[in-house]
Amino acid sequence: MKHIVILGNGISGITAARHIRKHSNHRITVISGETEHFFSRTALMYIYMGHMKYEHTKPYEDHFWGKNRIELKKAWVSRIEFDKKELVLVGEAPLTYDILILAVGSEPNRFSWPGQDLEGVQGLYSYQDLEKMEVYTHGIKRGVIVGGGLIGVEMAEMLLSRGIEVTLLVREESYWNHVLPTEESALVTRHIQEHSIDLRLNRELAEIRPDSSGKKVGSIVTTNGETIECQFVCLSVGVHPFIRILADTALETDRGILVNEYLETNLPDVYAIGDCAQHRQPPAGRKAVEQIWYTGRIMGETVARTICGSRTTYTPGIFFNSAKFFDIEYQTYGEVTVPLPDDTDTFYWEHSNGRVALRINYKKGSGAVVGFNALGLRLRHEVCDRWIKEGRSINDALAHLREVHFDPEFFRRYEEEIVQAYNSSQSEHVVLQRGKKSFFSRLFS
Amino acid sequence: MNKIQRIGLGLFIIGFLVWIATLTMGKFTLTDQVLKDNLKPEHYEQLHSSLAPMLNKTYDTPFGFNKDLSHTIEQVNEGYKVQNQMDKVINDSYAFALTKAASHGYIRDSNLLLFWASIGLSIVGALIYILAGLRKLPGNKNDNIYHNPATSRGWVGIIIGTFLILFYIVIYFFPQYIVNWTLLVDPLSRVLSGTPAGQWFLYGTLYTLAILVMGVRMLIKYRHNRYQQVRTVSVMFFQLSFAFIIAEILISLSLPYYDFKNMWPLDYDFFFEWHLDSLTSSGQLGLFMLVWGIALFTIGVPLFTYLYGKRWYCSWVCGCGGLAETLGDPYRQLSDKSLKAWKVERYMVYGVLVFVVVMTAMVLYTYFTGQSNIGPISSYSVRSIYGFWIGALFSGVVGVGFYPLMGNRVWCRYGCPLAAYIGIVQRFKSRFRITTNGGQCISCGNCSTYCEMGIDVRWYAQRGQDVVRASCVGCGICSAVCPRGVLNLENAEPGSRVMIAPEVLMGNDMPVIKTQARTTGSQN
Repeated sequence: MKHIVILGNGISGITAARHIRKHSNHRITVISGETEHFFSRTALMYIYMGHMKYEHTKPYEDHFWGKNRIELKKAWVSRIEFDKKELVLVGEAPLTYDILILAVGSEPNRFSWPGQDLEGVQGLYSYQDLEKMEVYTHGIKRGVIVGGGLIGVEMAEMLLSRGIEVTLLVREESYWNHVLPTEESALVTRHIQEHSIDLRLNRELAEIRPDSSGKKVGSIVTTNGETIECQFVCLSVGVHPFIRILADTALETDRGILVNEYLETNLPDVYAIGDCAQHRQPPAGRKAVEQIWYTGRIMGETVARTICGSRTTYTPGIFFNSAKFFDIEYQTYGEVTVPLPDDTDTFYWEHSNGRVALRINYKKGSGAVVGFNALGLRLRHEVCDRWIKEGRSINDALAHLREVHFDPEFFRRYEEEIVQAYNSSQSEHVVLQRGKKSFFSRLFS
Repeated sequence: MNKIQRIGLGLFIIGFLVWIATLTMGKFTLTDQVLKDNLKPEHYEQLHSSLAPMLNKTYDTPFGFNKDLSHTIEQVNEGYKVQNQMDKVINDSYAFALTKAASHGYIRDSNLLLFWASIGLSIVGALIYILAGLRKLPGNKNDNIYHNPATSRGWVGIIIGTFLILFYIVIYFFPQYIVNWTLLVDPLSRVLSGTPAGQWFLYGTLYTLAILVMGVRMLIKYRHNRYQQVRTVSVMFFQLSFAFIIAEILISLSLPYYDFKNMWPLDYDFFFEWHLDSLTSSGQLGLFMLVWGIALFTIGVPLFTYLYGKRWYCSWVCGCGGLAETLGDPYRQLSDKSLKAWKVERYMVYGVLVFVVVMTAMVLYTYFTGQSNIGPISSYSVRSIYGFWIGALFSGVVGVGFYPLMGNRVWCRYGCPLAAYIGIVQRFKSRFRITTNGGQCISCGNCSTYCEMGIDVRWYAQRGQDVVRASCVGCGICSAVCPRGVLNLENAEPGSRVMIAPEVLMGNDMPVIKTQARTTGSQN
């Protein structure tokens, strides 16, 4: 029996712990300074908005850990002595390990803006960030969000729920347009504005100025000289692996902790998973550092297998992800890249209400589908995954579009409209819709 | 809260306070004629001389009136007991009938005006408050639910819960004190059934109004979600027509009161002899009611539950479900999601199911053999125990009174024997399941939090397993609140339900070690 220490109780570390327990009898200790128990960090926004309380964000009840013999230790690690296999804890006796899994996550980026250390300037990543935000945004009039990514929109939604006015600074000319193709980006941009967000495109932060107290945020200045009064500034310009405590150790790092396809670091018995890992050879279509909930989960599962005796490579499948922009859900499967690769064609349909859209990218020539983007529309993961793997042709995919539909019953169905739009955009290979309409849509149409 | 909402809330509160104030209005005077009209002839003979001091004396409140009335009847009964004339003891409850007949004054004269000034004004205020929700963009709007003292077991929730509990206790056990409220709905009762309102007509009216008004709230809150809208219209329709209007019209036609969508064992007195007698003595329609009532739970439940799951009844048709899904919607997040609660739930709900089956078997034994005792136990005492503890206290006082404290499905989850029965069918033989969408779940917990039945939906979603649970009423809110499009209520071949979580979730291409077995509910 070995002592396996997991540093970090996010989805990666906890998944590793659960699976190691499933496959083995090792002693498992999970260390985190953030919270005692695992919680869903993606749900931080819902706690602030009052949809849930902290307790609701815990995926497992507190008795789960004892029952599964997973020891939890709430402590901060100040240093790791890799040669002694020892973790130095703040204010506690050191802890030795046989195997160490680093699942330390990320921290928000800061770009040395003047005033970035003032009170009321923060990112949103940890539970402590949420607590700070609760204090800093209490009773304020306006908050400025810097950065047009997923966290930026979440923060905007959070502030709006408390009746706080929001200015959103986006560097690009349209929201998140290095990830979303033009039409989707425009759709989301419109939706953000619909929510009476003061969205300022082509703007970057120049500096943050204090108020009269000199300690707190009073305003910000953009690179084109505008001053915006505000009492809170959220920096949501991405995150980077949280590897400060690993500097000057034998552990090889770059942007993140370097790992091979088995998630092994350069040191024996030390693994890195989740946000903090940087893959030396990323799997095809994947980034070296990929901060997504499910990739952390997959890495946790993978490392658990390796540690329990069956060495397993990290093999995330077809890319997928999802998000929600205020009221519009977004799902993506496969490759929908910006700009469109030369060998790829694209079909985009948008409903006349401007809130629902579907994009299918496919290879020129073969017509094999490579990616889906859906806004305001739910798609079935299993079907998208299968079609992309099979290289299903766009015509065939559209003919069977009913199979991919995942919206609830009675929801308006768009298959016919989508196929019609495709047919009118093509000179040949016109698609006939297959599959049965649902009973109710036949009833109501 | 915006200005319009404040106006709406203000009107609602004024109407509510007027309604409370009506309890103090009116006067009560017992006359010889009232006694003659309302007492059985033999009881009139026994009582009228003892009640003589009360006659033509005017009381300002139902409390003083009833104090003297019950005191007098008690004394008369005491006298019989002392003389050992037990057959003469008066067990009938005349409190409500006499109080109502004795009432007069402003409230009786102006009951229609007061109806509009109280209940009517509250409806208008509530609707203004609700319609103001249209100003928000469509989408899930659960902001600040846990910051609001009304929806997070705060002081407002405790006040509302206390009021509801008191209301139920009074309606069930002390209706004589709320005679004035029944006066307010007398005009409506006369239109529908041709008779003055009793406490149950008052209750039915308020119940229906609550479902209708809060149903409008659901329609607006979920105007981006057609499943919620269709379902809400369904419960509003079934309550208004089947439970309220049709049932009252039957009374006006001198036919037995009958709610065509209610069924045994929720309708626990269906097989009581007074009910069977009233059905069998009401001609062809009565016989149809008898056959319909039996067919509903013997054929309807298995058939529709197989096709669509428990939801066809619990969140589309049922009156208790209708109230829970409308009036109770603001409290759905307060249900207990713990494993412990699930264990308690199973013992309780199946315990009540066993209780109702045993009780009904005893009742039928008595009906067919004429013997009230089975061994040492009287079927009459068993049915009165069930009626008091389950019928009144559990389903009413606790079931609705605890909405703001324990969530809106306390009765359905812990006590309803019909839900228990339908749940067994859903678990083992149904096409219904909530599917989880591959690997998209981010374990945020919205689904579990907003599950009114306290199912830990996330536990299934994050492991890629279908939600197949006896308790799920298919309200569809988990699917509505999911920010990642993970959950969907679906019907398909029962064998295709994913009952065991896949070893490796979709999106992860690592090899599977164990071979996966797909198991249907019936094989488990």
